[in-house]
Amino acid sequence: MTVRASHQPPGGYRFRHLARMEWIKLRSLRSTWLTVALAVCAPPGIALATGGSNATSGGMSVSNTLTGMLVGVLLTGVAGVLTVTGEYASGTISATFAAAPRRLRVLAAKAAVVGTVALVTGEAAAFLSFFAGAVALRHGITAPALSQPGVLRAIVLTGASLSLAGLFGLGLGTIIRHTAAAITVVVGIVFVGGTFIGQSDFAIRPYLPLYIVSHSLGATGPACLPGMASCWLSPWSGLGLLAGYAAIAMLLGGLILARRDA
Amino acid sequence: MIEVRGLTKRYGSTVAVDRLSFDVPPGAVTGFLGLNGSGKSTTMRMILSLDSPDAGHARIGGQPYLRLRWPLREAGGLLEPRAFHPGRSARAHLAALAASNAIIQSRVDEVLELVGLQAVARKRAGKFSLGMAQRLGIAAALLGDPAVLLLDEPVNGLDPEGIRWIRGLLRSLAAEGRAVLVSSHLISEMALMADRLVVIGQGRLLADTTVAGLSGRAPSLEEAFLQLTGDSAQFRARNMS
Repeated sequence: MTVRASHQPPGGYRFRHLARMEWIKLRSLRSTWLTVALAVCAPPGIALATGGSNATSGGMSVSNTLTGMLVGVLLTGVAGVLTVTGEYASGTISATFAAAPRRLRVLAAKAAVVGTVALVTGEAAAFLSFFAGAVALRHGITAPALSQPGVLRAIVLTGASLSLAGLFGLGLGTIIRHTAAAITVVVGIVFVGGTFIGQSDFAIRPYLPLYIVSHSLGATGPACLPGMASCWLSPWSGLGLLAGYAAIAMLLGGLILARRDA
Repeated sequence: MIEVRGLTKRYGSTVAVDRLSFDVPPGAVTGFLGLNGSGKSTTMRMILSLDSPDAGHARIGGQPYLRLRWPLREAGGLLEPRAFHPGRSARAHLAALAASNAIIQSRVDEVLELVGLQAVARKRAGKFSLGMAQRLGIAAALLGDPAVLLLDEPVNGLDPEGIRWIRGLLRSLAAEGRAVLVSSHLISEMALMADRLVVIGQGRLLADTTVAGLSGRAPSLEEAFLQLTGDSAQFRARNMS
């Protein structure tokens, strides 16, 4: 007698099944919600704390209210790393790939879930920061309005950078596999290295993730000011370059994942 | 049914699995026996496409694992004793796996009850004892009600009651017509659990026989096993000198 798989539904496992698996995995970890809460609350908190130091009204204060978003970028970058390195550390990865041996499809599902959660988190944080910054403005200084040119774009694009940070982390985590090493690389490259290089080499500065988030995405004014040695990237070019960094990390991760033993 | 044909895996100059061929037929428990480091786990990982072979292939129900439409519904594997995130509950771990293969969520509660974990199903699995972790791994393997089961050292870390439970479970799964492959380095346990034995040493097939067939070669089953694997250990020593 042989057990026959008569109860099998037609077709086979698809992207949507794997996206559902990844969503259950992500939402069932307490650390996910702690990270989301911190990433949503910290940037507006920073905007509240620093909003009073805005001396002028208008465009400049929009990017100032978004300064705290760098904390969110760091948090979602690390969270992206953990979604995959946590599986390697615990051995869950073998259960995952036994359930779905098409690894690139699994990675795509992870990317969709991490990217979406980080995007929602980022937009929430960005809008809250904007409003918190406006609340904290000193008396007599007019708050910028969403209807002013570039303001809405600045908020939305800065919020989106959290999604790209999450995908960048996911890609690096897939390449490196080890939590501590991958987090060190993300923090090292993006934050520490970025700051040092940015301080010493002004020509490279506009292309570093840290400066793109702080000077390109949130900008409402011109990218070039008279007397500046080099211009910042325009908001959309900045976002495009960040997306490029995330895509390179994901592509490399996918290439390695498909070839390597799990 | 599992078919393994000429399966080979090298790590640098070391051959972990060496042109290994055997079948795991339905309706029987096949014991996969060998000393630690003989290539049992690597073989099972290659059957499940977790590691890729340097030569040869393995098929499940006539298909390479990568081609299976619903892998969990065709084969269930227990490869690592703690293949779950310590921060996640047993229930969420199983629910995620079930979702990947469109397995109805009520099946999660069914397998939790089957392995006796329903009382702790919502607790963080990181606090599980090794025995509970093994039960969770078995629940995951049974999720898709598969015709093929692969379990790597499932009795490790279990108390005598747990060992007896697994033995009974695997025997009844085989009696239902499933193909069950169970690895162990404990010959005495295999004698009680298995119908057939595949013995390997240094990644090579040493015997593909029944329990009775192996024990007929020497005064005792243990003696027969040690003679077989002892030869392969000598082989290793000769190669190294």
